[in-house]
Amino acid sequence: MRILELQVNGTRRRVEVDGERSLLSVLRDELDLTGAKYGCGEGQCGACTVLVDGRAARSCLTQAASVEGKQVTTVEGLERNGALHPLQEAFLAVDAMQCGYCTAGMIMSGVGLLKKTPNPTEAEILRAMEGNICRCGTYPRIVAAIRQAANGDKAAKGGAQ
Amino acid sequence: MIERLTEEIGLEPERYELTEGPAYHFELGEMQRRDFFRVFGGGVLIVLALNDSLAQQESGGGGRRGGAPRPVEIGAWLRIAEDGTVTAYTGKAEVGQNIRTSLTQAVAEELRAPVSAVKVVMGDTDLTPFDIGTFGSLTTPDMFPQLLKAAAAAREIMLDLASEELKVERGSLLSADGKITHPATNRSLSYGELSKGQKIMKAIGASSLSPREGWKVAGKSLRKINGRDVVTGKQRSTPDIKLPGMLHGKVLRPSAFGATPASIDSKEAEKLPGVIVVRDGDFTGVVAPNEGTAARAVAAIRAEWKTTPQVSAKELFDHLRKTPNPPAKPPDTLAESLAAAHQKLERTYAVAYIAHAPLEPRAAVAEWKDGKLTVWTGTQRPFGVRSDLASAFRIPEASVRVIVPDTGSGYGGKHSGEAAVEAARLAKAAGLPVKLVWTREEEFTWAYFRPAGVIDVTSGVNKDGVITAWDFHNYNSGNAGLRPVYAIQNQRNEFHRSDSPLRQGSYRALASTANHFAREVHVDELAHSLKIDPLEFRLKNLKDERLRAVLEAAANTFGWGKSKPAANHGFGIAGGFEKGGYVANCAEVAVDRASGKVKIVRVVTAFECGAVVNPDGLKNQVEGSVIQGIGGALFEAIDFENGKILNPRFSRYRVPRFSDMPKLETVLLDRKDLQPAGAGECPIVALAPAVGAAIFHATGVRLRSLPMVPNGLKL
Repeated sequence: MRILELQVNGTRRRVEVDGERSLLSVLRDELDLTGAKYGCGEGQCGACTVLVDGRAARSCLTQAASVEGKQVTTVEGLERNGALHPLQEAFLAVDAMQCGYCTAGMIMSGVGLLKKTPNPTEAEILRAMEGNICRCGTYPRIVAAIRQAANGDKAAKGGAQ
Repeated sequence: MIERLTEEIGLEPERYELTEGPAYHFELGEMQRRDFFRVFGGGVLIVLALNDSLAQQESGGGGRRGGAPRPVEIGAWLRIAEDGTVTAYTGKAEVGQNIRTSLTQAVAEELRAPVSAVKVVMGDTDLTPFDIGTFGSLTTPDMFPQLLKAAAAAREIMLDLASEELKVERGSLLSADGKITHPATNRSLSYGELSKGQKIMKAIGASSLSPREGWKVAGKSLRKINGRDVVTGKQRSTPDIKLPGMLHGKVLRPSAFGATPASIDSKEAEKLPGVIVVRDGDFTGVVAPNEGTAARAVAAIRAEWKTTPQVSAKELFDHLRKTPNPPAKPPDTLAESLAAAHQKLERTYAVAYIAHAPLEPRAAVAEWKDGKLTVWTGTQRPFGVRSDLASAFRIPEASVRVIVPDTGSGYGGKHSGEAAVEAARLAKAAGLPVKLVWTREEEFTWAYFRPAGVIDVTSGVNKDGVITAWDFHNYNSGNAGLRPVYAIQNQRNEFHRSDSPLRQGSYRALASTANHFAREVHVDELAHSLKIDPLEFRLKNLKDERLRAVLEAAANTFGWGKSKPAANHGFGIAGGFEKGGYVANCAEVAVDRASGKVKIVRVVTAFECGAVVNPDGLKNQVEGSVIQGIGGALFEAIDFENGKILNPRFSRYRVPRFSDMPKLETVLLDRKDLQPAGAGECPIVALAPAVGAAIFHATGVRLRSLPMVPNGLKL
C-alpha cells in the first residue's frame, strides 16, 4: 500500500492504495467518481476514458501511480459554474445516446479531440473516436454532436470578437 | 392481454434462456437455514413457500414466466403527490430503448401534466406491478397504452374531485398543465391540491383516450428524459452502486463449458487479507475488500477440472442438422408444385453464434438485511430474477426485492440473473453487501449467445415471376419470422430443434434476423435468375400493403433503379416485418478488390410501426438497429473449440465502430390510424440481406452465411 496524491477535477485527492491499482478503479472505488465505466479492461472500448493533462487516456490501462503530478479530468469535472461543457450540451441537443453507458467515455474522447483539434474534419473525428464502442450504435449522432460542439465553439468565439 | 402475450412469447422456442434450469443448486448449509428460521419462525417458512408456489400456479404463471394478475387500481400505476409530482410505476426496465422517456410521454399526455412533473419508477419488484419482462417489443404496444389508460383514469378522478370542490358542473372544467381549471370563474386547482397525495384506489375504467391525431406530448420528439444525468456522469447503473460496508465478489469459472471440479485448493486464496472463499455445491467464489484482491484471490485458487469433449465451431453446421425432428417428405401439393415450377432453386444459408456484448457487463449488488434479500442488477426481467433468487435460496418471493437501475443495454441478452444469484450467495456468506461485476471475458463466455442456425430453402417460381412453392427449414436458430412475408400458394415452414453446443437464447428480433436473411437473399437470387428487378419481384409477390409501403418508401428515397452504381459498388434491397413493425432497407456497398474490404457506404431505412410515439427517439432506435446489424451482417461471430470461447474480448471479437458507419437516411412512416408497436427489434432484420444483395450486385459473389465477410471478401 502507498499513499498517492492525485489532482482530480482540479482538486487534490489523497488515496491509500496498492501501487498497481488502475486509475479507473481508484476513481470509481476510492473517489466515488463513477462516470468512467468498466467495459473491457483492455483499452478496446473507451468507456473508461478520462483526460490526463488534457489528453484522452484509457483509465483501465493507466496505473493510478503513473498520474501523480498530472491533471486528471473525469466527466464529472467538465461542468463549470453550473454550465455544461459545449460537448455535453451538444450530446443533449442531438440526443446522442441510448443506454448511456459509453457516453462519458465518448464525451471525454471528444473533449480530448477538440482540445487538440478545435475544428476537426469528419475523418479526424472518426480516427479519434475509433477506439470508443457504442454498442447501441449511436455513432452518427455522436459525430453530429462533436461537429456541433466544434461549430458552436467557433461561433461563440466569432461572436465575442 | 398480457396472458395472451405471455402465451405467444412462451411459444417462441429460441428464448432458450427462459426455460433452462438454475445455474447452481446451493446446499446453503445448516447455518443458512438457522438464520432463516430465526427471522421467520420454524414451520412458517414451509407454509409461506407452499402458498407462494400455489399462488403462482393459480394465476396461470407456472413459476418462471408467470406472476400475479395485473392490478386494476389506478394507484398501483400512478400516484400524485401533494406537490403535484406524478410518479408512474412500471415493471419494465430501461436498457437504452428510451422507454423511460416514451412512458413519461404517455402519462403526461393523458393526465395533461407537464413532462417535468412526471417521474417513472421502473423495474423494482417491491414498488412496481408484476411484469413479465422487457422483451418482445412489448413496452410500446402493451405498457404504453396501460399508462395512457391509468393516466386518463386519474385525470377523470381529478375532474370529479374538482367538480365537487368547486361545486360546478364537471363538463365546465378543463384539465391542462397539471391542474383543473374552471374557465367561467377563472378558478383552478392543481392535481396536488386535489389528490392531497392520496393513493387512488379506484379501478382503471373505460376512460376515453385522446385520439392519436390530437396528441400534444406523445407523437412529438422528446429527448432522453434523464439525459443530463448521463452526460454529467451522475447516472448510476448497477456497477456504480456502493453500499456501506460493501465487499467485492468474484466467481471461479470452470475451465470449459460443462466442466466439473475434480479438486479445488483454495488455501493460498484464503491467506490473502480479508478474503473469504465460499464453496457450495458446484459454486466457488470469493469475497474481498476490493475488486483487485478478489481477482487475485480467485486466481490463487488451484482447481482441476473434469471436462468432456465438445463440438467446435468448425463442425457446427453439420452438428446442428442432426435434429431429433427432421423434415418429413413434403406434402403432395408442395411436392407437385415444386415439380411443376418453371424454375426451382435449392439453397442453404447459415448464421453464426453472436454475442450481445452489452457494454455494461452483468453485474449485481446484493444485500441480506432483516430477513430480506435486496439485489440491484441489470436485467430485463426483474420479476423473473426475483423468482430465480427465491428458488436458489429457497425463500418466498416476498422476501426478495430486485431493483433494476437504468442499465447499460441488453439487446435480449439480459433476461437471466446469473450475477444476481452469485452476488446473493456471496453476500449471504459474507454477512455484508457484495458487489459482483462480470469481466468482459466472463460476459463473452458465460452469458448466452444468439443461436447459430442452418436454413434450407427450396422454392419454385412460374414464368411470370410468381413464387409458387416454398419449403423452408430452420435448424436451431428459431422460428420468429419463419413464415414468408410473401403470398405463396404452397408453402411449408418448419423450425427444427437441435442440440446446441453453446448456451443460447434471445437476441434482438430473435431468429427473425436469420430467417429474413435466408428468405430475402433467396428472393434476391430468384429475382436475378429470372432477370427481374429485385424490388419489382418483391412487389409482384406480396399482398401486404404495409410491407409494400416501406419497400416503396425506401426505394424512392434511395433512388432505386434511377442510377447505376460506381465501379465496385453495388445496390441491394430487402424488407420484412416483425413484432408489429415493417422495415425495408436499401444498401450501397463498396468493395475494395485488392484488399477484399467491404464497406457499407449508404443505408436507407424505411420503417413503420403504427402511430409514432417519439419520432426522434424512434429514429435513434432504427439507426442503432442498422448499425448493430452491420456487425452480425459482416463480421461478428463467436469462435469456439471444445467448450472454450476463443475470442472472448473486444480485441478478438469485432463489433461495429465509428469507421463502419454508413451514411444513414431514415424514413419514418407515421400511421396515426394504427396502434403503436415496438421498434427495438424489427429494424435489424432486413439489413444483412440488403447488404448481401449489394455485395452480389457489386461483385457477382453470392454470400449465404452470416457473418458474410469476417475476413474480407475473397474474389
